[in-house]
Amino acid sequence: MILTVLHKTRYEFATPVGGIIQSLRLTPARCEGQKIVNWSVDVPGAVIGELFSDGAGDHIQTVSLRNLTSTVEVNVSGKVETRDTAGVLRGHRERVPPRAYMRNTPRTEPNRAIRELVEDTLAVMGTASALDRAHALASAVHKALPYTPGATHAHTTAAEAMNEGLGVCQDHTHVMIACAHLAGLPARYVSGYLNATEDGSPHEASHAWAEIYIDGLGWVGFDASNESCPNDHYIRLGSGLDAQDAAPIRGLVLGGAEESLDVTVVIEAQQQ
Amino acid sequence: MSEAYFNEMYDGNGLRPPYQGLEGWYQDMPTEFRAFKQAEAEDLFRRFGITFAVYGDGGDPDRLIPFDMFPRVFAADEWRRLERGIKQRARALNAFLSDVYDRGEIIRAGRIPADLVYRNEAYEIAVAGFRPPLGIFSHIVGIDLVRTGADQFYVLEDNCRTPSGVSYMLENREVMMRMFPHLFQENRVAPVDNYARLLKRTLASVAPAKCDRDPNIVILTPGHYNSAYYEHSFLADLMGVELVEGQDLFVEGDFCWMRTTQGPRKVDVIYRRIDDAFLDPLCFRPDSSLGVPGLMNVYRSGGVTICSAPGAGVADDKAIYTFVPEMVRFYLGEAPILENVPTWQCAKPDEYKYVQEHLAELVVKEVHGSGGYGMLVGPKADKATIETFAAKLAENPGNYIAQPTLALSTCPTFVEEGIAPRHVDLRPYCLVGRDVELVPGGLTRVALTEGSLVVNSSQGGGVKDTWVIAEE
Repeated sequence: MILTVLHKTRYEFATPVGGIIQSLRLTPARCEGQKIVNWSVDVPGAVIGELFSDGAGDHIQTVSLRNLTSTVEVNVSGKVETRDTAGVLRGHRERVPPRAYMRNTPRTEPNRAIRELVEDTLAVMGTASALDRAHALASAVHKALPYTPGATHAHTTAAEAMNEGLGVCQDHTHVMIACAHLAGLPARYVSGYLNATEDGSPHEASHAWAEIYIDGLGWVGFDASNESCPNDHYIRLGSGLDAQDAAPIRGLVLGGAEESLDVTVVIEAQQQ
Repeated sequence: MSEAYFNEMYDGNGLRPPYQGLEGWYQDMPTEFRAFKQAEAEDLFRRFGITFAVYGDGGDPDRLIPFDMFPRVFAADEWRRLERGIKQRARALNAFLSDVYDRGEIIRAGRIPADLVYRNEAYEIAVAGFRPPLGIFSHIVGIDLVRTGADQFYVLEDNCRTPSGVSYMLENREVMMRMFPHLFQENRVAPVDNYARLLKRTLASVAPAKCDRDPNIVILTPGHYNSAYYEHSFLADLMGVELVEGQDLFVEGDFCWMRTTQGPRKVDVIYRRIDDAFLDPLCFRPDSSLGVPGLMNVYRSGGVTICSAPGAGVADDKAIYTFVPEMVRFYLGEAPILENVPTWQCAKPDEYKYVQEHLAELVVKEVHGSGGYGMLVGPKADKATIETFAAKLAENPGNYIAQPTLALSTCPTFVEEGIAPRHVDLRPYCLVGRDVELVPGGLTRVALTEGSLVVNSSQGGGVKDTWVIAEE
């Protein structure tokens, strides 16, 4: 499938700021499931550093703007040819040992409710394979947190979302990571895009899901929000320990002022 | 003082050779003259401005660390062996770091448990797969040593991040030379004053490949509230490099720049004295204002070198320490010259059990602790203290390691009544760049309280000038 992406992020500041500095994880890396046909990242007026690959195989670049400004725009556009690999991440060049993804951050730290969810889910599974256990956990998380935009916010932790009993993809992913760790499986946060027009299920085009390391298979994506594995409707941007660590944009405003943020993401599928 | 302790000046046969050149000096010193000299030393330290706590914070920030005028002396042959052992260890620690951020051969070979490394908080995923210039992660390795016999030294811990205290090594010597110049004419004491030159050479040798001129080196300090700020500015002065804070630097494009009155100047090597977590709010703690936003991207794309490399801390973790002799064998194919102190990991149930049963004999430390805080010195503790500690230990055994109480050597020290033996340790500073170098000396810390084995400055420790008698 060919997916085209138009992703605009616009910052508006109440009073002019001294500039911005950002680390962008906004360029997908090539792997079996995705081939980049063309891609561009543009920040008008800014100095943009060269793309480099980090140890996790993500493409990173630095953007800085050092003039007085009251608006900043980050414009991403591109075209990616995707393939369904049944959620398995193959042909992705990375060098971080999977065991390094056994650690939690404050956002993925489990609480009692998450522990119970894992215990209840796995208790009935006997000697099921790691893959089956991961699928079961994804379904359990899907049921435990009905998809509800607005119920949580950008800094909500897995434990808080669990207490709330509601969430969006970020919360599902944080809880999924916490669950996987409790089950002894390395897990990480993935950010990317999802072309959602076909099945009509409720989510945004900017998306997040978890990857769980399964011996023999490698990293496998689990989208608890949709109770599925990522397929050719997904574009993978990069990974990290949690939403902050895997954020497509991590930035700072120099001489910060009140900002308003406007993000639009449009994904379209083209017939091949 | 018990015979159980090795006295570095006297053995059964009298004065040991390295101390023979000091005999007349301390024996003939009148009490008033000594008091006068002690006051002079304090005055010199105040004038130099050394008023900070070496290890850990706490206490009066303008407090002087007590300086004991009686030097601690090593013979040339003693030092030769120590030097070989220290350099060997510094090489092995760097080989380990370069391995665990690459293929992890030592883990694949089953010599170190994977989880001990990869689940360690100090293991930085952000630099996995990145090879810093020359593959070196820890450019200044501080190795804490204790002596228990004529030929018996033990490594207490390794410091691979930003070991402090080297300014003391240099200033203690400076003060001694000013106060007792004749001592340095009568004794062939190997000089330490080339440390700053060697440090600068070491830092220059790891400049990034993108640097095509004389590298611009800076020292990055958290600022003057930091307890080691004096040392940061002292080293910057000695090397003739800029001392900067995070706000003096910025990232643009693929490089890091320093603000100067003549406009931005590219920075090639940063000797940072701030922790990983604060280096770059875009990579680590987002609330850090001490670091430089975007720095880790410049580092990982080869635009600047950070010394020590982010992630170097995984080699000096107390749980990893146990495996350093194994690293020496694995990477260098050599027998370790310096021994580790036998260590019990309370994370292991059988070792934890042993520790609980022998608390009165052991020293128990927190895995991530420093500064001598939160530790139990069993033989010095009363029953109540031991019981309280036992309960704390039971709450989280994995947070503790235990070691036997070592019979730390003593060195003569000026005390109220004259001269008396006091326990000492040693921290030499090994430099690792294109070459591995060690100036003959280090920081000797001394437990000034009679019988005390705790040398930390925060707990009544002092410092001494450390001499190595030069080769004939």
